[in-house]
Formats: sequence, structure tokens, C-alpha cells
Amino acid sequence: MDSHKPFLEVSNNRVWFDIPGPGVWQRKKQILKAVDDVSFQLREGETLGVVGESGCGKSTLVRGILGLEPVTDGSVKLYGEELTTLDKKNMRSKRRDMQIIFQDPLASLDPRMTVSEIISEPLIVFQPELSKKERKRKVQQIMQRVGLLPNQINRYPHEFSGGQAQRIGIARALILKPKLLVCDEPVSALDVSIQAQIINLLMDLQQEMGLSIIFIAHDLSVVKHISHRVMVMYMGKVVEMASRDDLFHHPHHPYTKALMESIPIPDPTIERAKRGAPLTGDLPSPMDPPSGCNFRTRCPRAQDICAAETPEWTEKAPGHWVACHFPVI
Amino acid sequence: MSLLTVNKLNTRFKTMDGEVSAVNDISFTMEKGETLGIVGESGSGKSQLVLSIMGLLATNGRVDGSARFQGQELIGLPAKEINKIRGNRMAMIFQDPMTCLNGYLTIARQMTEVLILHKGMSMADARQRSIEMLDAVHIPDARNRIGRYPHEFSGGMRQRVMIAMSLLCEPDLLIADEPTTALDVTVQAQIIDVMNELQSNMGMSIIMITHDLGVIAGISDNVLVMYAGRICEYAPVDDIFRDPQHPYTRGLLHSVPRLDGDTSRALHAIPGNPPNMQHLPTGCAFHERCEFRLEICITEQPPLKRINDLRQKACHLEAL
Repeated sequence: MDSHKPFLEVSNNRVWFDIPGPGVWQRKKQILKAVDDVSFQLREGETLGVVGESGCGKSTLVRGILGLEPVTDGSVKLYGEELTTLDKKNMRSKRRDMQIIFQDPLASLDPRMTVSEIISEPLIVFQPELSKKERKRKVQQIMQRVGLLPNQINRYPHEFSGGQAQRIGIARALILKPKLLVCDEPVSALDVSIQAQIINLLMDLQQEMGLSIIFIAHDLSVVKHISHRVMVMYMGKVVEMASRDDLFHHPHHPYTKALMESIPIPDPTIERAKRGAPLTGDLPSPMDPPSGCNFRTRCPRAQDICAAETPEWTEKAPGHWVACHFPVI
Repeated sequence: MSLLTVNKLNTRFKTMDGEVSAVNDISFTMEKGETLGIVGESGSGKSQLVLSIMGLLATNGRVDGSARFQGQELIGLPAKEINKIRGNRMAMIFQDPMTCLNGYLTIARQMTEVLILHKGMSMADARQRSIEMLDAVHIPDARNRIGRYPHEFSGGMRQRVMIAMSLLCEPDLLIADEPTTALDVTVQAQIIDVMNELQSNMGMSIIMITHDLGVIAGISDNVLVMYAGRICEYAPVDDIFRDPQHPYTRGLLHSVPRLDGDTSRALHAIPGNPPNMQHLPTGCAFHERCEFRLEICITEQPPLKRINDLRQKACHLEAL
């Protein structure tokens, strides 16, 4: 992957939300830092996995990149072109290169549109010059590619199972041949046997189309399977980023390590040998994050300095970045 | 006497589009202290099976067959009688804690109610016992938190509250329907840890329903694999994972990516989709997706047969 140039550069990205304070009269504003100072690069043909627990900001991060959420600060560059300052019209034209599929496949499809209408809509918007016949041919082509049957073309979303509906979502996202596909928990709502079908399909499509993928999931085993590099987020910040093998074999951040140990492995001998949960406590309130390192309240290695100073983002090994005062070696 | 003996249980629903058989011909036995894992995909009938046993089916559902709990027949028991067992000797927890917690009442009110009703305790005793139970599921500062409302707790905390509530009367059987599916993995690990701990302290039996094979591996003694409303395989947990004998079980195990697994090869997905319960295929419901399909599978439903003393499977194939 290293030979490819970065085509997406995200630097010091912040997405902050203003929350009205408590009480009716005293409107003291509070700030929720959903995404705080996130930087990364994505190369062509690369899959970047983003993991973290619910509320860690992984969805907000990609929504900011796609311009679906106003970015408070920072820059997003696609092929060197700044996206955060684009107006609506210009941003829209960029979206043909950046598509997204969502967690709940049925909720992301309009129930009153047929499959053919859903899949051809991006073509109508971005390639209005195409003839009706040409459009239909393209729809049939992509339907076949994602594993939908030709006779399903005039059906409505409710006639499909979750896995099939996700295939429709993938067809809609890929019909414009985008450069970047963002997958926001695309398989977590699917049954296990279907999950594997969709993961295999995404991996095949990536090879064929040279797609770059940002793959968000809370399931580390899925992310490990599909990603080249992985980024771990906690409370709006990236705590660790490394190549897949580096991260899974040598996790440096105590949170990454705990996350991995929490995943149940389908093997009775391994599971029975586990003793106790690796992390105690819940996520702190994002409105009132701990001082210093966000993770210190749940961290088994935390010491005084963790409350006083925010850990620096440092490169522990080539390409392996971590933000921790006491990384696991 | 076994703790729970289910025999030839069938559950049907009358719907606008005709009758749907959600649970077909289910028989199994559970002993005291045992944890039974039930695995299956959505629509496989695993939830309807336990709801049938608990007498909690929707009004258009009908059950026949038998489910004996500590020798007492549950199917067809009048509401008044089953209410004495439910929440007392047999309790259930759900995927979404808010389906069983009342958002308008404090935790204290909801917990003490159970003890006052089933055990005839005084308010003060019931409150004390509730606080002890919240402590047992590791809710910090339980004495103060008990006066709060459900929305003041996080998802993982609510799940603990629900577990604490279901265990107040020290039931002999706890049925957990996907209790950790909506939770983050680190919190899931905490909840499973709590369940394991409580089980060894209280000696209760657990039926754990989940689609997560990792969770099943950690907590179960025996595993029941369901597909399209039927049992396809029943075996001790080690056998299920080491030597699955039903093609569906094997397919499931091969299709999950593993954290400790090889990532270089493609996942072995089961082709096709789970069947529509209203239009089940003829013969074995799995035959359209099965890579070992024989002629007979298309026409004949395989019966559940014993492989040995501990294992059963419903498959025409002699051995996998």
C-alpha cells in the first residue's frame, strides 16, 4: 500500500457541538467535543478501520469529512483540494467521489422508491446526460455485481432482508464509481452468515474498483479482517493508529489492549480461561471529560501525570502512533 | 428431576398472511446449575421458544406441547398460577433494558415491588435487599443510586439494574435474551463477568440466547443451535466448537471473523439468505444453502437424532 499517494488528508479536524446549558434563563453554553484534533491520511486502495465504543466520535468524524456535519476547525483535503471551505454546490460535485453506506440498510433506503429508482438516483443527479436505456444498463450491471437478481429491479425495499437491502445500499453507493467509500457499521445489524457475505463482497469490490475505504465498526474482529490500517478512538480523540498487524500484535495503548481482550473469541477453552472484565466503569460524560488523558478514569496504568497532562501523539515505531504516557510495550 | 424439560413444543402465530410456525417440535432438558446457550439468526425462533416457555407470547400466538419446570407443567397454566413462578423461580432479562424498566418509576420502587409481591417483605427489608443486589452486580454507590430513575443510568448500568431486579427472588432459572447485544464490548465483558459470578454464587441455571458465538463459548455448558424454528444441533459446548456435526453449525463457525484468526483468506460465508418463515423450503429448511445437500434433503425433513449420549442433530448426513 505504501507506494500509493495519499488522496485524502484530514488534519487537526474538530467537530464541536454547542449544547444549551441547564435551566431556562441561564443559557450558559456547554461544548461537546465530538471529534477533537483528529489527523490522518488515506492512500488509494487502502482500507482504514476506525474502532471505538459508541459515542467515541467515529461516525461524526466521517460525517465531517463528507461535509454532512459542519467542521469546527481543521482541514479535509481530497487530491490536495480543501473541502471544508467549499460552498454547497461545489461540495455536492465532490460527493460523487465520496459515498457512504449505513448501519441500518432498510432505514437508509426510501420505502416508496423501487430498487431501480434507488440505485439510478445518483446517475440522474450526476450524469443527467445518460439516456434512459444507458442508465438501466448500468443499474443492471451493478445489481448483478453486488449479487442482486435482475427480476428484483422493480421491487420495494421492504421486500428485502437486511443483507439484501445492504447490497442495494452498496449498489447505490458504487454506481458512480467513487474513489472513497465510507462504511458506517455496515454489518453490525446483519446476521452472522450474511455478515460474512457482505464483508467478502466489499473486499472484492475494493480490489476491482481500486476503492479506498473508511470502515467504521465496533467489532474489532471484523475490522481486523478487512483493514490495512486501524485507528482507535476514545472520547473524540485518536488514541492509537497503526498498520493492522502492528496494532493487533503489539497494541501500545491500554485502551486498545482492553478493547481486544473484551472481544469474546468463539473458542470455549480460550473464553473459560479469561478472568474478569479488562475494563471497569463506564465512559465518562463527554460534556465533562476528565482532565489530561481522557482514558485515565478507566485506565489500569494511570498515574498522577495522566490527570495533569494530555499525552502527546508520538510515533513509537515506524507508522505506529500512540497517545499515552505509559504505553504498553 | 430435571430443572426444565421441554417436549415437542410448537408455537404458531395467526397472521394476516396465514399461520406461521415459529417454533417446531423442540425438545430438550436442562439440569440445575447448567447454562444452555441458544444460537440462531434472527427469525430462527430462539426468542419465541423462551417466550412460549415463560407464557409471554403475543396474543396471536398459540403453543402446544409440554414444558415442565421443576416438575410443574407451564404450558396452559392460568395467568394467576404462572405469575407466581415468573419473576420468582424463573426470571427473564431482555436486550433492551428499557423494555422492562418503567421510565416513570424510581429503581427503588420497581425493585421493592418484586420482593413485596413475591416474598411479602416489608418496605424497609425490600429496600435493603435491593441495595444488596445492586451491590452484587457492581453498581457503585447503590444506596444513593437506588432512588434514581432509569434514564439517569447508562446502557450498561441499566442492564445491571435489570439483572439485579431479575435476581431479587433468587430464581432457579434465568433466561437472558441477547442481554449484551446492544452494549459496547468492554461493557459486555463486564456484564458477562457479573453473570458468571452470580451463577457460581447462587447456583442458578441460565438460558443464554445470543447470536454471538464468542459469548456462547464463554458461558455455556450445552449449546442448542436453531434454524428456521427447529433444533439443528444440540451438544456440549466443546463439541459444538471443536467438531460441529450439522452443516449449518459448521457454516456459522466458519463465517465469523476471529480476532485470533487468519485474515489472509476470504471468510467462508453461508450462501443465500435465512428462509422466510411463511414460505419455508420443502424438506430440510437449510437445504438451499447447504453445501452437503443430498437428494433426500429436498423432500424430507430430517428428524432430530441422537449421535451419542450427549449430542443430537437433525441432518440426513451421517457424519460431517
